[in-house]
Amino acid sequence: MRGRTAFVIGCVLAGLILAMAALSLVWLPYDPSDTTGGRLAPPGDGHLLGTDKLGRDLLTQLMVGARIALTVGIGSVLLGALLGVAGGLLAGFASDWLDDALSAALDILIAFPTLLLAMLVVAAREASLGSAVLAIGLAMSAIVARLTRVLVMRVLAQDYVTAARTSGTSWPRVVIEHVLPNIWPTLLVNLSLQLGLAVLAEASLSYLGLGPPPPNASWGRLLQEAQATVLTAPLGAVAPGVLLVVLVVGVNLLADGFRDLADPTRRRSR
Amino acid sequence: MGRYLLRRTAFLLGSLLAAAALLFVLLRLLPGDPANALLSVGATPEQIAAARRQIGSDLPLLQQFGSWLAGLARLDLGTSFVSRLPVGPEIAARLVVTVPLTLLAFVLAVVIALPVGFVAAWRSDRWYGLLLNGVSQLGIAVPAFWIGMLLVTVFALRLRLLPAGGFPRDDWAEPGRALTSLALPVVTIALVMSASLIRYVRSATLDVLGSDYLRTARALGSSFAGAMWRHGLRNAAVPVVSILGIELATTFLGAVVVESVFTLPGLGTMLVEGIAEHDYPVIQGVLVVSTFAVLVIGFAADLVQRLIDPRLRAHVGGGRP
Repeated sequence: MRGRTAFVIGCVLAGLILAMAALSLVWLPYDPSDTTGGRLAPPGDGHLLGTDKLGRDLLTQLMVGARIALTVGIGSVLLGALLGVAGGLLAGFASDWLDDALSAALDILIAFPTLLLAMLVVAAREASLGSAVLAIGLAMSAIVARLTRVLVMRVLAQDYVTAARTSGTSWPRVVIEHVLPNIWPTLLVNLSLQLGLAVLAEASLSYLGLGPPPPNASWGRLLQEAQATVLTAPLGAVAPGVLLVVLVVGVNLLADGFRDLADPTRRRSR
Repeated sequence: MGRYLLRRTAFLLGSLLAAAALLFVLLRLLPGDPANALLSVGATPEQIAAARRQIGSDLPLLQQFGSWLAGLARLDLGTSFVSRLPVGPEIAARLVVTVPLTLLAFVLAVVIALPVGFVAAWRSDRWYGLLLNGVSQLGIAVPAFWIGMLLVTVFALRLRLLPAGGFPRDDWAEPGRALTSLALPVVTIALVMSASLIRYVRSATLDVLGSDYLRTARALGSSFAGAMWRHGLRNAAVPVVSILGIELATTFLGAVVVESVFTLPGLGTMLVEGIAEHDYPVIQGVLVVSTFAVLVIGFAADLVQRLIDPRLRAHVGGGRP
């Protein structure tokens, strides 16, 4: 029952941000680079949430920011899932020495912290939307791969896999019919947690000035720009952070909900 | 234990080498010559060639990697393109800020998380147990730099109790002043770290509270505190210690972003400045030092974990999971 409540709240919170991002594709109150609003206009009177120090409409910036956060978050999770699941399947199926080599490589990659790896990619390329997705997705793929490997090995040890193999099922069919259906619930839970972390990583990169450049109004960069005027225009320094927390809490609750729905034994115990 | 130590040390050395190689390859193989950082727009081909010769980017990659590794072994991290100063001493000067920041934040996070996590598990059905759990759930969703911004706004700009940023020029000559400049950054990092730590402590405690051995000890007449002390704590400590190593590393990295909020002259701000100026020796140096630190912390955490958990020592020789 608690799992379902968490799931519903998570849906509402994440759905709110998703709706903002979707709306920003078809309608925005102002043009994102329109600076005619006057510097630091207070909320109300044409600008629902006021303007920033360059005279841009805050609500417009926040809506574009929702789109950036979701684009980078979902993009890097897709990249991380694609590379990670492929690598994890390979390591899980591989012979002893290949598996040892792959897991050692993964351990080293995981020791490389996400944010440092991301900063490294940005340092070598330039700060852009693509760099952010690539950087965060790469860092994530090692974590996903290690999890996939463990899950695959657990499934491969089951009797039904041995039965399928002895009755002549090919490895690709074993993967599609037995391995993937058994590991996807756990993977889905982990990937949704990773989505929250990816959104936070993008915000940190953007705060440091290493994220998508203007006119991509990332929440992290909005916060960084608003820091200097926090006393005169507090809303600009609060609103992007609140939206970030709403999105990440929403996604984390969705992950909790998935976990409880996927695992009936947890549903009663906690 | 001896054989394990040998294997683990070999793995550590291998990881250090691999990490250094990965850093080097990622920075060099991606497009753009590091020499560009030395040049202004419209440099003549002669100037470009001279710049490349000066920093050695005209040599074959393998030779560049070799000389960089040789430098690393002598603790020589090269010379900054921008300030023309050696990178190693500059990093050492920055660590004077980053290391105390990390350690203080880590200790504070542990001091917050252990009791809070325990109470959240022990009283998981009371309103305050649920509240503590909810707050930690919220805490892991908040970016550290935003907490820092909010703390600065309240405690530095509004109440004017603490400095908003910066660090004394004479470092630790006056410990009191240095500590007050670290106060807000330490609290910022500690709050964020403790949120995730509380969740681990809570779940480790829940496992122990539901265990058969604790129930048996109680049935044999131990008091709750006695049973917890004799059997519970050590068992609950095993997963927590393994996560503490990761958390210490994360705290160190959390400092990278939080230093920027408070304009502290630490390793993090050095990295961000290096990236902005395409100062490759600085980027490479900071990344190599931080990655090594993370790997060594992981190594130490593994050893401590084996010391407190005899079960890990029993299976020598490394079976496959």
